[in-house]
Amino acid sequence: MSGFRLSTGGDGIDRNQPLAFRYNGRTMQGFAGDTLASALLANGVSIVGRGFKYHRPRGVIGTGFAETNALVQLGEGAALTPNVPATLVPLREGLVASSPTGWPSTRFDLGRLNDRLAALLSAGFYYKTFIWPNWHWFEPFIRRAAGFGSAPELPDPDRYEARERHVDVLVIGGGPAGLAAAEAAHAAGAKVLLVEADTRLSGPVPAGVEALTRTTALGYYDANFVTTVEEIDTGALRQRLWKLRATQVVIATGAFERPMLFANNDLPGVMLAGAVRTYVERYGVAPGKAVLFATADDGAYTAAFAAREAGLAVRGIVDLRIAPPLAEQARERGITVHAGSHVRAAKGWSHVRGAVIDGPGGTQRIACDLIAVSGGWSPAVQLFSQSSGSTRHDPALGGFVPDKAAQPAHVCGLAAGLRDQDEAIASGRAAGLAAARGEAPTVPLPLAGPPAPPIPPSDNPKRVFVDLQTDVTLADLEQATHENYRSVEHVKRYTVWGMGVDQGRLSSTNGVAALAQLRGDDPAALGTTKYRPPFAPVAIAALAADRPNGALFRPWQHLPAHDWHVDRGAAFEDFGHLRPSHYPLAGESMEAAARREALAVRGNVGIMDSSSFGKIELKGPEAGRFLDLLSLGRPSTIPVGRARYNLLCDELGVLLDDGVVARLAEDHFLLNASSGHAARVRGWIEDWHQCQWPLDLVTRDVSEEWAVLTVAGPKARDVVRAAGCALPATSADFPHLSVTETTLGPHRVRVQRVSFTGELSYEIAIAAPQAGMLADRLWEAGRSFGMVPFGLEALDILRIEKGFIHVGTDTDGATIPADIGWGKPGQREGDYLGKRSLLHPSASRTGRRQLVGLEPLERHAPLPVGGHVIGGSPHPSQGFVTSSCFSPTLDRAIALGLLADGRQRHGETVDIWSEGRTFRARVVAPRFLDPEGARLHV
Amino acid sequence: MLRIDCPWCGPRDEDEFVNGGDAHIDRPEPPEQVSPEEWAAYLFFHTNPKGVLAERWVHSFGCRRWFHALRDTVSHRILATYRPDAPRPDGMA
Repeated sequence: MSGFRLSTGGDGIDRNQPLAFRYNGRTMQGFAGDTLASALLANGVSIVGRGFKYHRPRGVIGTGFAETNALVQLGEGAALTPNVPATLVPLREGLVASSPTGWPSTRFDLGRLNDRLAALLSAGFYYKTFIWPNWHWFEPFIRRAAGFGSAPELPDPDRYEARERHVDVLVIGGGPAGLAAAEAAHAAGAKVLLVEADTRLSGPVPAGVEALTRTTALGYYDANFVTTVEEIDTGALRQRLWKLRATQVVIATGAFERPMLFANNDLPGVMLAGAVRTYVERYGVAPGKAVLFATADDGAYTAAFAAREAGLAVRGIVDLRIAPPLAEQARERGITVHAGSHVRAAKGWSHVRGAVIDGPGGTQRIACDLIAVSGGWSPAVQLFSQSSGSTRHDPALGGFVPDKAAQPAHVCGLAAGLRDQDEAIASGRAAGLAAARGEAPTVPLPLAGPPAPPIPPSDNPKRVFVDLQTDVTLADLEQATHENYRSVEHVKRYTVWGMGVDQGRLSSTNGVAALAQLRGDDPAALGTTKYRPPFAPVAIAALAADRPNGALFRPWQHLPAHDWHVDRGAAFEDFGHLRPSHYPLAGESMEAAARREALAVRGNVGIMDSSSFGKIELKGPEAGRFLDLLSLGRPSTIPVGRARYNLLCDELGVLLDDGVVARLAEDHFLLNASSGHAARVRGWIEDWHQCQWPLDLVTRDVSEEWAVLTVAGPKARDVVRAAGCALPATSADFPHLSVTETTLGPHRVRVQRVSFTGELSYEIAIAAPQAGMLADRLWEAGRSFGMVPFGLEALDILRIEKGFIHVGTDTDGATIPADIGWGKPGQREGDYLGKRSLLHPSASRTGRRQLVGLEPLERHAPLPVGGHVIGGSPHPSQGFVTSSCFSPTLDRAIALGLLADGRQRHGETVDIWSEGRTFRARVVAPRFLDPEGARLHV
Repeated sequence: MLRIDCPWCGPRDEDEFVNGGDAHIDRPEPPEQVSPEEWAAYLFFHTNPKGVLAERWVHSFGCRRWFHALRDTVSHRILATYRPDAPRPDGMA
């Protein structure tokens, strides 16, 4: 037998507002105010799910968050939401839900065969299967059999939003204690926000207090930062994520009733006593006709009286305690009390049909279709624990209560273990007042009492379920104990106790009590497992609500002249900035385009966009001195109007970045950083200037303010002149490595004659908004010279031919300047970053990986980047290929690499291994073209 | 999320800041006179206390200025923030 709707009662439902909904394909009816769970019970649905491992039938066990069994899939298609407790779903017209577990159906599940194979699925099953014989044999079966729900396969169509809020006092929980706290805090002048997960509060909202219902606190982080999710369900908006920062927090989260441990305690028809009361009083639903109460706690008596009042047959109260305080009141109502007794086993195959009880009077069987259990109350310490508060075991409660707060938080009511309602309200008032006044954290002490009775022994521990959601039984805990798992954290992971989507809300305390008893230990000595956010499952979309998504997830950073490149037919790639990789002609491959562009630069002239380079200005009387402290070169000795290649190292002497430093004036330097390192170099400079050498200078990152176009190739000067750029008449007056501020037509420009291609090259910088105009102008001027645009692929060929490195590509976390051929370690005078490390013998030792050129013996087959030079001893790798390309100018494949003692090994032939293939290559100097640099000085 | 009181801007959320490791680590100079042990101590051998740690922070998404903070590594609470040229407010070395 199962549940039905009572003809009267139900203060939370509106019998005049019937609602139709579908469950597992069947149309059913409930009322406004119902939860899906109460409506299912009212419709006589008994089995709402199947166990995780053994596929035993499961029924609704509780209400609200205290539900481990009735997990449903809500909605269909894209709007499908898995793993929602039916007890948390307010019923609405047209709602569609299904139970995810059970195959072929929830009512008839072939997986229940597992129930007969229980011995194979005991604690540690997964861990043992991972090791032997082979996890992959079992994986597909286990994955299909073990999952609760299925994720939707389409993008979430719903809208979510996030908001941030600051409040004086945040009250979590809208029960009597929480409401009292909110009222007291408001009366004391605080701005108060109260959040409650349920659809209603236990009383009216105190005047002046803002209350959010259907709002669940998920996480309690540092400095009273609390995230909550509000269910909206207006159609347009599904959920709202609140990021709350509270000066003070009041935790009034109540408590969870504990199930009792007896054989078959997982059968449909076993329900928490408090839940029975709630279904009767709030929803007008009887979860059964004949109910037997099993308890160790007074709460069950109140529930029994309510059931009796509603006309249910109460078949007795089985109380573990010898002298239950409310026994007399029960007897006055004609209810039999079996004191000092306990349920040994529930009887029934797919629903409770009776119970076997053991007591002073021997063993007897009582027929019933509902066993209402109450093993006592465990304070909901989850949020308090997340806030880093500690908990302690309270013997009278038989559970854990908040102990020491780690943040400005005040606990009150049942959450602090206060059972008496007046006491709870008083503690709420005190907590609210203390919070409003900003007083030190308070945790009231619960009343002392006789210790909670121990768990009665069971002759069938394999059917005594400690965690109904993960199917962990008393036998599993016994096994873990026998296998010497001591820490509760280890037992949790080994047995998966408390690891379901409910995070052990109903099983945690019982598990600790059971483990303690198995060891003959005190539960206080075991403690609880650490609680972590989120308190309840949350849609990823809600957490991501304030992050840009889709195209805005990571917006493209465009070059100032982006459209100009689009007009030239550029193919773009993401290098932090979206930069042209090549400019393909019709039908041309990337490789072909890159070779054509590189040849044009070598033989004629090309134009490329260099705007993404970092540009940092340093200005002040001590700018040169400061740069000397940061650099391996000596920028202070650069003459005004000239530029110099420079290296930056960290304090380990490892290369941080390279680039040209130009001196614009006596006290004014421009440091060029590589595109990929610009942000880091900027931070680096600011750090050392602010914290170590606060010399007389200012720094400024002007990377985004200037656009830079580079004209490179033998005819570069002709193009730049033709474009109207005022430059000194002869090459000697503006030689390689020069800088000047001049004009191009009517525009002010900054021109650097520097080169990353090995060709005559002018970098022309202009105010970023004028980039397109400058590009047009240069393009117009270059037309008669046959100028082509070239991208990063061609640049890579050009710089590899010259042996120009990319720091971070051709160097790694161990490369020091000497490894790339930059003088003797630490020889430069004066202090600079990394110098002491470069003086260390390890910087001069043999065996260091040094930059080399590599020429594959197979002339036209480029070497794989990342391929290792093998054959060395003791370590099989002597180095690796860092950059590689086919050089159209040299008509051969070339590469750069780092090789142990590479500089002494020019001429040697080495083997290079990559992904099972071996290549042969000759070690050469890392300079394939124009080693003297004659082409730079034309 | 921590709430960090930037001495230049006031209290802001943690995600505006970047941590820069231990504070009050003096850079030994000049390099020619620094022993390998001193240099190793400067680079690697810091105290890593269980308790109050003085550390460097930079307000990256704000004023871009560095400052120091005393943070309890057990409770994760920030006890004080101060300008980098100021001594440790708890008087510890």
